[in-house]
Amino acid sequence: MNMTIKHHLTDPLLMAYAAGNLPEAFGLVVATHVSMCDECRARLASFEAVGGAVLEETDTCEMAEDSFAATMKRISDVPEEERITAPATTAEDALLPKPLREYVGGDIDAVEWKSVGGRVRQAILPTSKDASVRLLYIPAGVAVPDHGHRGTELTLVLQGAFEDEADVFGPGDVEVANEELEHTPVAAPGHDCICLAATDAPLRFSGLIPRLAQPFLGI
Amino acid sequence: MTEKDTVDTRWSEMVARVKTERDETAFAELFAHFAPRVKAFLMKSGADPALAEECAQDVMATLWHKAHLFDPERASVATWVFTIARNRRIDALRKNRRPEPEDLTWGPEHEPEQDEAIALQQESEKLGTALAALPEKQRMLIQRAYFGDMSHSEIAEETGLPLGTIKSRIRLALDRLRHEMK
Repeated sequence: MNMTIKHHLTDPLLMAYAAGNLPEAFGLVVATHVSMCDECRARLASFEAVGGAVLEETDTCEMAEDSFAATMKRISDVPEEERITAPATTAEDALLPKPLREYVGGDIDAVEWKSVGGRVRQAILPTSKDASVRLLYIPAGVAVPDHGHRGTELTLVLQGAFEDEADVFGPGDVEVANEELEHTPVAAPGHDCICLAATDAPLRFSGLIPRLAQPFLGI
Repeated sequence: MTEKDTVDTRWSEMVARVKTERDETAFAELFAHFAPRVKAFLMKSGADPALAEECAQDVMATLWHKAHLFDPERASVATWVFTIARNRRIDALRKNRRPEPEDLTWGPEHEPEQDEAIALQQESEKLGTALAALPEKQRMLIQRAYFGDMSHSEIAEETGLPLGTIKSRIRLALDRLRHEMK
């Protein structure tokens, strides 16, 4: 558990995740942050409780005539051995929280990095197309190219720290940026910075060259 | 029924009976209450009647199979059923994977603490009452957000629902859990 997290998820993000309405890429950032942050885990549970209250209040809808029997049949159709869920294995020394490991297919050493120039590397993770998410590796002291946003961008720090015009972000911190923010994140000295960044719009770099390169970078 | 008993604690006793005794009578009661709500929830989320029926049956079968994972200190049965139905909806309607947070599970020996569980169930009922008491417009907004036909909003900030009490209750359970896992 990380007690030093200062930058948390917003209520609308937690509520949309609780309701099941976030694009998969954003959902991955939320699930990863919640895995690291008890504060947001508790807030998420309270938004899920609202979902429970909504369900309880919903008008009912008549079930098919044989519905109960059909459900009992569904139950008995599942072989006994498949009913027991495997115990959750927590890899204590893993850098990446479990939801992220499931998308990477392993811990940080399994990530297939690709250079994006300026010694910055990235790995785009497979999600549905309504938003995209990638791991970013920024060597200590190196800046990510200046870019603004057309949509929402979530950046979660997994290791090291980055600073931008807004603040300093350390492990577990998440920055929620919108279109107004034109920022230059710089990895803090000392430690290389690894973050998970999701966006619902292609990033727009300020310089001409990066803009031309954008379709090839897939960001 | 003692004063402490609430409708929600009764549901959680039913789930416990499904878990320990595979009690079909208890399951039938849960089914009669929750299946028609899950079906309605899925139809409001855009499923046609046949798909909603199939998914509702699935959700109830999942309740049976995963009864041992229900934790009355952290959620009411309605909340737990909601999360199962939500996940089934994402799977069936959006055909997406849903990234789930790393789970915190009690050790195998853990017995839920009655007082904590009852307090959580009571607060869930209070939340339900508060939701029902909201002005019509706000209540509709919240419902639409959870049915899935609103993707983004500042609803959360506007409602003034007593989320803090639920949150501190869950926070307490998490603290205890962390302590026990040490």
